[in-house]
Amino acid sequence: MAGDVALLLRRAGFGPTAAEIAAARQVGYAPTLATLLTPPGPDIGATQAPIPAFGPDPYVGVRAQDQRARAQADERRRSQASALGRWWLDRMTVSSHEAIEKLVFFWHGHWATSITKVKSAQLMLRHHRTIRDNAGDVARLAHRMVVDPALVYWLDGHLNTRQAPNENLARELFELFLLGIGRYDEADVKRAAQALTGWQIDLAEERSVFVPSRHRAGVKTVLGVTGRLGADELVDLLLRDRACPRFIASRLWFRYASSARPIPEDVRERMVEAFPNTLAMLRTLFEAEAFQATAGTMVKQPVEWLVGAMRQLRVRPRLATTETMTQILDGLSGLGQRPFAPPSVGGWPSGAAWLTSAAAHVRLRLAAKLARLLVPDPLTPEDVAHILGIDRWTDRTYAVLRGVTNARLLLTLGMVSPEYLVT
Amino acid sequence: MDLVTRRRFLLASGVAAGGALAAGAGAISFAELFNSTDPEPAAPAEGGAGGTLVLVTLYGGNDGLNTVIPYADPAYRKARPELAYRSKDVLRLDKNLGLNPMLRGLRRLWSDKRLAIVLGAGYPRPDRSHFRSMDIWQTASPAGPVSTGWVGRWLDGTKAPLAAAVSFEPVLPPLLVGRTRVGACVSYRGLTLPEWVQPDLVAALGRGQPDEPEMQRRAAASYQDLLTMERVLKEAEQADPAEPGSESSATGTGGGNALAAQLALVTRCIEKGVPTRVYSVSLGGFDTHAQERAGHEALLRQLDQALTAFVTALGRTPAGRDVTVVVYSEFGRRVRANASDGTDHGTAGPMLVLGPRVVGGLYGEQPSLTDLDDGDLKATTDFRAVFGTVLATVLRADPARYIEGYRGELLPFLRA
Repeated sequence: MAGDVALLLRRAGFGPTAAEIAAARQVGYAPTLATLLTPPGPDIGATQAPIPAFGPDPYVGVRAQDQRARAQADERRRSQASALGRWWLDRMTVSSHEAIEKLVFFWHGHWATSITKVKSAQLMLRHHRTIRDNAGDVARLAHRMVVDPALVYWLDGHLNTRQAPNENLARELFELFLLGIGRYDEADVKRAAQALTGWQIDLAEERSVFVPSRHRAGVKTVLGVTGRLGADELVDLLLRDRACPRFIASRLWFRYASSARPIPEDVRERMVEAFPNTLAMLRTLFEAEAFQATAGTMVKQPVEWLVGAMRQLRVRPRLATTETMTQILDGLSGLGQRPFAPPSVGGWPSGAAWLTSAAAHVRLRLAAKLARLLVPDPLTPEDVAHILGIDRWTDRTYAVLRGVTNARLLLTLGMVSPEYLVT
Repeated sequence: MDLVTRRRFLLASGVAAGGALAAGAGAISFAELFNSTDPEPAAPAEGGAGGTLVLVTLYGGNDGLNTVIPYADPAYRKARPELAYRSKDVLRLDKNLGLNPMLRGLRRLWSDKRLAIVLGAGYPRPDRSHFRSMDIWQTASPAGPVSTGWVGRWLDGTKAPLAAAVSFEPVLPPLLVGRTRVGACVSYRGLTLPEWVQPDLVAALGRGQPDEPEMQRRAAASYQDLLTMERVLKEAEQADPAEPGSESSATGTGGGNALAAQLALVTRCIEKGVPTRVYSVSLGGFDTHAQERAGHEALLRQLDQALTAFVTALGRTPAGRDVTVVVYSEFGRRVRANASDGTDHGTAGPMLVLGPRVVGGLYGEQPSLTDLDDGDLKATTDFRAVFGTVLATVLRADPARYIEGYRGELLPFLRA
């Protein structure tokens, strides 16, 4: 199979250097793809960034009336939330299994749950581990997500009871997570919400608990199927729906191939055959000729941009000071993509939405901050292209870079160059 | 309502599902907009040249009863003793109603007959969800969800070019989404360059190359934008030192002095003769469920300063004299305060109409504080009558074409 292996590396992973691209070209497209999706051996790089242990949520055992204890717990939660963000950024940067890491990031944006409402780093970390452990299987992941305590809290599932139904979680399960808008009607949402009643969150145990007395038992009809539906039965029903595998295929296409052109029908149907195996679906996508035709159309998401640059420049987030890392995370907020904090349950924006003048400003500052962490030798524009894995500068950018001698400024301009922002 | 919920709102309204919009089709660069001073006005009006409309959306549900205050009604103080303003503090409009003490500038515009207040604006069978109710206002369709906003339908109907409707909000509101056309979304944040970055380098990076991919060209344009907007805002600040400048925080909650910055850009565009006919700007944070007084006052102060500076600046140019501002929120709040010194989601509220063409005064009827609908005000004016009037008088369009169920009543708050 032919195809531009550089495009594959950029889309499936983060930022390959010119040396990595050259090595992959030697190996060939198919073996590179196989290694990306089923990496041999354990993730050696990730051992440098072990999953953090926070201990119990600071709110456990705090009495509601104790204002001082609550204030202290809030403070600890904020600091843990920040540490969680720093950890994942570090993990993405050092991981040897970059395509798996990127897939975890894809699912994070899909089951988009934000720590700004959930507040608990413990629940968010549990949510994250559930995604990590089930990233390769849509069905297993969906079953665990629908009762995941962070997601349930984020979408008010804990307020969804027999007496007072709350449709938030049920609606998003249809619209954003499994079927896509227009594949169901309002009655389906209403009945699905009833099927999801009764779940509570146990903060100390970091899990959700089913409370039968809050559950609306009895027969319900959803998508034309009638039965005694609880959370698991409902998810099974959605996974069996014709729309579900097609919706998931189109979401993978949207993030890995093109957010502007719809998925070609033949690619979609081939991906559907691989459902619910996410990695097999991705393999089908990357093998498609239509994937190659999307070169030059995708705007890098801010996290892709930043992690890619840190990998290429060999900047280790963990070795930077906490202050610097916090500034980098704030920069990601400014760009609109702070890990663990998607702007809404709809997930991240895409395409030209990342290219506002506001983002241009933050990107300049952030690129400069990274460059300042380095002590580079003198560089030429060609060196910068090599480091950042850029095939070739446009005349415009080359003319700009040729006039600059300061190596840090050269790297900064390279990182913000239009060529570097698009894959 | 903050940026998060506003985004959610866009999704909830169903308009984000469209491929073109999801891919950012509505995004144009500020430079493109600012340099689009086409001598032919965009969207030629159906009945001759029309004016320019600026819609100010207050997200979160503004407390109408503490904005235009029925200070003389004993039921007002009785319903919300901790939140009520004393008679001597309100800025009186007549013997029944007065403005919140923070709205000094608006009170001056009232004296100049440039402020019209439409009382008790709402719609039948009010919905108390932020998303749904804002959707109803922006689509002008209380009967059921539709996928287009009323300005979007006007864009469709007039086959308007891209710059005809512009939003300076972080995300494009459903208001500006039509079936075949959407308004343009222009970001206004991030206005100063780090000192060590020479602007000429950034400007050079911003030059598009003829052979580069579309997204790469857009990336380049964003640097040009950054420089253009920085220059324009600097000029605006120099022209009117009272205007607050750039935002330091980029968290984008729609708070801070965002409204003043948005309106400063509108001012510059109008003065430059940009062919935009509808501008959408917004201020968020009105969802005051707890400890309302201080927070609401801070918001009203911002609103007052931003609107007053804007309307004052309009008098400076001929184009400015054809501009009309309409301020609305998705609902008012409950008459009675809740247990946290705040108010929960309510129904009807006042709409403000400002500008050189406005016939100042009160329109409609103040809803009763005792004849309530389950604790909420009963609307006395359908908001569609206000938007319809604006369509007819400012945009010179046939309201019935763009607002379903429009019954043809024009409110006399604008000079033809």
